[in-house]
Amino acid sequence: MKIQRFGQLAGMAVVGALALSACGSDTNSPGAGGSASGGSSASTDCAKGTLNAEGSSAQKNAIEEAITTFQDSCEGATVNYNPTGSGAGIKQFIAGQVDFAGSDSALKKTEKDGKIETAEAEKFCGSPAWNLPMVTGPIAVAYNVKGVDKLVLTPEVIANIFSGKITTWNDAAIAKINSGVSLPSEPIKVFFRSDESGTTENFTKYLKAAAPNAWAAEPGKSWTGKGEGKEKSAGVASAVQSTEGGITYAEWSYAKDNKLGIAQVDNGGGAVELSGESVGKAVAAAKPDGEGNDLRLKLDYTTKEAGAYPILLVTYEIVCSKAKDPAKVDLVKAFLKHFSSKETQASLEDIGYAPLPDEVRTKVDAAIAALS
Amino acid sequence: MSSVTGVSAVDESPSPGGRVPLAGDAAGTGRVGDRLFSGLATSAGLLVIALVTLIGVFLLWQAIPSLARNEASFLTSREWTVAGEHPRFGIVEMLWTTVACSLIAMAIAVPVGVGVALFITQYAPRWLSRPAASLVDLLAAVPSIVYGLWGVLTFRDAVRPVEELLQDKLGWFPLFATTGISGGTIFFIGIVLAIMVLPIVTALSREVFAQTPVAHKEGALALGATRWEMIRTAVLPFGRPGVISAAMLALGRALGETIAVTFIVSTLARGSDWSWSLFNGGETFASRIANNAAEFDSPQKTGAFIAAGLVLFVLTFIVNAIARVVIERRKAFSE
Repeated sequence: MKIQRFGQLAGMAVVGALALSACGSDTNSPGAGGSASGGSSASTDCAKGTLNAEGSSAQKNAIEEAITTFQDSCEGATVNYNPTGSGAGIKQFIAGQVDFAGSDSALKKTEKDGKIETAEAEKFCGSPAWNLPMVTGPIAVAYNVKGVDKLVLTPEVIANIFSGKITTWNDAAIAKINSGVSLPSEPIKVFFRSDESGTTENFTKYLKAAAPNAWAAEPGKSWTGKGEGKEKSAGVASAVQSTEGGITYAEWSYAKDNKLGIAQVDNGGGAVELSGESVGKAVAAAKPDGEGNDLRLKLDYTTKEAGAYPILLVTYEIVCSKAKDPAKVDLVKAFLKHFSSKETQASLEDIGYAPLPDEVRTKVDAAIAALS
Repeated sequence: MSSVTGVSAVDESPSPGGRVPLAGDAAGTGRVGDRLFSGLATSAGLLVIALVTLIGVFLLWQAIPSLARNEASFLTSREWTVAGEHPRFGIVEMLWTTVACSLIAMAIAVPVGVGVALFITQYAPRWLSRPAASLVDLLAAVPSIVYGLWGVLTFRDAVRPVEELLQDKLGWFPLFATTGISGGTIFFIGIVLAIMVLPIVTALSREVFAQTPVAHKEGALALGATRWEMIRTAVLPFGRPGVISAAMLALGRALGETIAVTFIVSTLARGSDWSWSLFNGGETFASRIANNAAEFDSPQKTGAFIAAGLVLFVLTFIVNAIARVVIERRKAFSE
C-alpha cells in the first residue's frame, strides 16, 4: 500500500518534471513568437538570470504572485523580492544592492535629511531613474460593528473619527449619512499602524486633501491622529477583528481576509464601494506628474467622479532607465512586462489589489520597452 | 602532548625524590598544554570584554551625531520626531514602559519561579521532579514570536476580565486608572514576559537549591524544624545569591525582549496624555526599534533609535551591576 502510493507520487513527480522542462524549453526557444505552452500567461518574454528586488511591503503579495507565474513560464529566471519597506528598498537601490526597488511613493524630488532621492538615484544609475506604477492598492476603512453591514463615511467623518473628535458609533454625524442603519452607542476604538508606513502616509494624505478642515496634521509615515497603535497591517486588522467597535485603515486584502466591514466612501459624488473597478477609475483620473517615461502619478484624492474610490496607494517599481548591469536588462524588462500584463494585473484582484486601468498600463508598457 | 603532561604529573606525585608533589608553581611552568589552555581561557575572557566594549562604542558612535542635533531633552522628552531638520526626541515614555512591564514580570516570575524550584527540589517525589523540571525548561525553548502570537490570539481574552476588574475596583489609584487602550497594555505585556522568563528563574534557582548541603538540611530537621522551617532556615538563605542572579538574568531578558512585545504592544498616539496607568499602552525600547527598523533611511534617524538602544544597554548594565553588588554582599551570610 505504502509502496504503491510512493510509486504514484514518484510517477507524478516525473511527469511533472517532464512537463515543466518541456514547458521551459518551449519558452526559451528564441524567436518562437508566443510559445503555446499551457502557462498562465501566454506571451511572456523570457531571459535567464537572477533579479533581486527589495522594498514596499504593500505590494508584497502582488509581486509574489507575479514572480510565481513568471518563474513558472520562464525556466532559468529567478526573481527575489524582499519586502523590507519602501524606505529600505530605495536605500538598497541607491546603494546598488538590488536591481529594482518597490516603493509606495515615487522617489522624492525635494530634499530630506540633506539628500534628494531622485538625484541620488540618478547618480547611482548614471541615468534618470524611472518610477513605474505597477500595483494599485486600495486602502480600506475597515470596521467591526455588530449588525452594521453597510456603512457610508465622508472624508470629514473619517477624519473626525481618526482624530478622536467622534467617539461613539451613534454620533449624529455618522447617523446622518447612514439613515436606516441602526448604530450602537458603543465607543469607537481607533487602531493605527505603529510602524512607519506608506499606508499611513497615503491615508493621511487623503484625509488632508479631502477634509482639510477636519484633519490638521501634516501627512507622514508616522501616525498623527489618535487611537491605539498596532504593528503592521496584520496587527491592526486582527486588532479590529477582535475588538467590537474597532476601526482602522488597512490594505484591502487584510480587510477582506479578516472579514471586516469595509466602509463606502462618499467624496461628494455619492457613496462608492471599494472594488477593483472603482479603484481603477480613480487611478485613471490621476494626473501624470513626471516627465517622459517617469510615470509618477499625482493622485486626486478629492475626486468627485461618480464611482471612483479615492483612498488608494500606488506602488512603483523604481528602475534605472539605462541599466547599470547590461546583462540584466532583458530580464528586468521581461519581468516587468509580465508584471504589467493584463493577465497578471487581472489576477491581482483576487488577492486584494486593483488592476491598473488600461490607459496607465499602455504607458507603463511603453516605458518598459524603452528601458535599456 | 598534554596527556603526557598529565600522566607525568600524576607519576611524580608519589615520588620520594624530595620534590614537593604538585607544587603550585610547577603547574604553570610553561608546558605546552598549560600555556595553550591558559591562553585559550584568557582570550575567551578578553573576547567577551572586547565584544561588549565594542558594542558600547558602536552604539555611542552612531548615536552621538543624532543626539547632538536633538532639540528636545533626550532623557525627559516624550516626543519622537527623528527625521527632518529639527529632530526632537526623548526616551522617557519608552523607559517607563520598559521598566514597568519588566518589573511586573519580575513580581510574578520570581515568586512563582522560586516556588516551582522549591517544589521540584524539596517536595516533589523523585519520579515527578525530573519530568517537571524538563517541562519548565521546555518553556525556555519556545520561540518568543510564539509567545507573542499566543498572547494576542488566546491569552488576551483571558487577562482582559482581570484588567477590567482591577480598573473597576481600584481605578482611583493612578497605576490602575482606566484608559482607552483595550489591547496590549503594560500589565498584559508584563504577564506574558513573566511566563517567558519563568524558566530562567526556575532553572537557576533549582540548581542552587539542589546544592544546599545535606548537613544544613538535616541539622535543621534534627533541631525539630518542620519542612517549611527547614526550607526557610537552610535552603533559602543558601540559595539567595543564586535566586538574585537568576532574577537579574531574567530581568535582563525581560528588558530586552523584542519580538513578542512588538507583536502584543499597543502603541500610543502622539500627543496623548501622560498616564501612570499600567493599563495604558506604550512602546519598550526594543519594540520601538524593531517596529521601525524597516524605515531607517537616514543616518540621523538610525542614530536616534540607536541612542534609545544605548539607553537600554546602559540600563541592563546597571541592573547587572546592582545584581553583582547584592550577590557579593549576601555571600557572606550564605555559608
